[in-house]
Amino acid sequence: MSKRFCILAQFENPAQLIHAAEKTRDAGYKHFDCYSPFPIHGMDAAMGLKRSPLGWIAAMGAFGGFSSAVAMQWWMSAVDYPLVLSGKPFFSYQAFVPITFELTILGAALGAVFGMFALNKMPQFYHPIFESPAFMKKVGDDGFFLGIESQDPKFVEQDTQRFLESIGAKGLEVVSEGEDHE
Amino acid sequence: MSTQFQSLQKTKEKPLIEGNPTFAWITDKISKIVEANKAPKYWLPALGFFSSLLLILGGSIGYLLWEGVGIWGVQVPNAWGWAIINFVFWVGIGHAGTLISAILFLFRQKWRTSINRSAEAMTLFAVMCALVFPAIHVGRVWVVYWMFPLPNQMEMWPNFRSPLLWDVFAVNVYFLVSLLFWYVGLIPDLATLRDRTTSKIKQVIYGVFALGWRGGNRQWKHYELAYLLLAGVATPLVLSVHSVVSFDFAVSQVPGWHTTIFPPYFVAGAIFSGFAMVLTLMILVRKIYNLESIITMAHLDKITKVLLATGLMVGYAYTIEFFTAWYSGNDYESFIFKARAAGPYAWAYWIMFSCNVFVPQIFWFKSMRKSIPVMFVASILINVGMWFERFVIVITSLAQDYLPSSWGYFKPTIWDVLTFVGTFGLFFTMFLLFLRFVPMVAMSEVKGVLPQADPHHHEDGHHE
Repeated sequence: MSKRFCILAQFENPAQLIHAAEKTRDAGYKHFDCYSPFPIHGMDAAMGLKRSPLGWIAAMGAFGGFSSAVAMQWWMSAVDYPLVLSGKPFFSYQAFVPITFELTILGAALGAVFGMFALNKMPQFYHPIFESPAFMKKVGDDGFFLGIESQDPKFVEQDTQRFLESIGAKGLEVVSEGEDHE
Repeated sequence: MSTQFQSLQKTKEKPLIEGNPTFAWITDKISKIVEANKAPKYWLPALGFFSSLLLILGGSIGYLLWEGVGIWGVQVPNAWGWAIINFVFWVGIGHAGTLISAILFLFRQKWRTSINRSAEAMTLFAVMCALVFPAIHVGRVWVVYWMFPLPNQMEMWPNFRSPLLWDVFAVNVYFLVSLLFWYVGLIPDLATLRDRTTSKIKQVIYGVFALGWRGGNRQWKHYELAYLLLAGVATPLVLSVHSVVSFDFAVSQVPGWHTTIFPPYFVAGAIFSGFAMVLTLMILVRKIYNLESIITMAHLDKITKVLLATGLMVGYAYTIEFFTAWYSGNDYESFIFKARAAGPYAWAYWIMFSCNVFVPQIFWFKSMRKSIPVMFVASILINVGMWFERFVIVITSLAQDYLPSSWGYFKPTIWDVLTFVGTFGLFFTMFLLFLRFVPMVAMSEVKGVLPQADPHHHEDGHHE
């Protein structure tokens, strides 16, 4: 028998899913996720998630872009090949502002995008949740799911199933990690 | 909470998407455009036509490389000609896409979700057209990498004090950030297409680009913040890009260029022309793909209001330039503005002025904002006018500068015309391919602004 990944419960709409998330959080589960075709306002609080640290990563990207732009312009214009141009100082920082600004933006954008990929562990082309055909059919369309994962310390298959039924889940499915997926 | 919601509902505006569709309807409607075996009947002839224009662009560039920039009409005193005009024209068009995707996102203008994907695609393709010109106008294209801070055989570095180099950075960064923004927005929709398709090959292609997206809130959490951060950095970026483009002129000492109004004036003009292009494209797209309930008349109404507002801004800039020239007491400055309005290029000046200042005034009237033919014609006239704005700026100031003995009259050649026409081939070929292979409306975002996406929507009515 293959390894259990999670028990997946389907809900009808965003309101039901957000209430289910609150109840799951209050029941003490930690390893669960709510799946929806679009982000639902207030879900982070309902699941008890902390704020994403992505802002710091983007800020680091911005700082990297800023400092490499200043260093590059300084080294190229004032150190490696100092050239008098229109009588300006070699390190004419006022004229370096536009490029510094653009590269700061670029660094922040790269930090935001690739930081998001890293935090989301993307690309990740296989995930056990993809084993559920009902999930794959609906989650990008109009399905709202809550999955409690087997790695959660409170996870006991029968109890967790009964809990999900008690909070109004419509379809319950046990999702296992596939062994011989095509 | 629930009473608060009900009172909110009473004051609520009309829904953004007409006909109160279900989530599944949205998915089906948009996905089927991409999934259909056959494109709408005008698609293939249109692609044939515009890819022929693209060939003309390739041919014109090929001849330019062979023969040199002498094939163009550039000639002293007009050392800058259509290449610069076209560059500024296309970069400007790009600006509306970023305004819609980033600035309207920060202002919580939820109506943007119906048009942001295609407007961002428009940005990318317009910036591609723009980037053609700085690359090919340098004469010796094979050393175009000298524009970048790369080691070269001269062991010299670019001049970081030159606005032209600032421009290289600004426009390239703009392209990259727009591409990232567009792609990040696409990821959930690509995952939807991956999950829907029955073809193994398409599943792999969409799957690779969807990067394994699964729609869990632990992913949405980072995703939404990434999107917000991108919008936050794209906003100052887009304002800086056309400001830097205007520095190409403003930092010089040519009468009519050396003025501090240029950055805001260029940015307003860019948004003006870009929104006109968005309007042209959206009128066609919503009709051909039957998207009238998603890209509604209310969307077109808002776009025309933006055109009216930005049209007034450029009208103000055109007018205040005369005042500044007079008030400066500078003879050369006053001369060039008199020459613009009444000199040898007065025809171009008045095409610009009529298309950009008079035409948008019709949008004061509600009936005009409801008439598709009027909007369509106006949107095209505005872009004609905006091309002439750049023509007036680039050509008139150079043709009659300080030294009357070197005055001239700029005449374009057939190669100027063909290269410019060719970029429309590039733009529309890319846009047609985009319509065919990429979901043109952001499905996940549109679903998110439907009333039933609000977690409080279901609270009144059925209490369980």
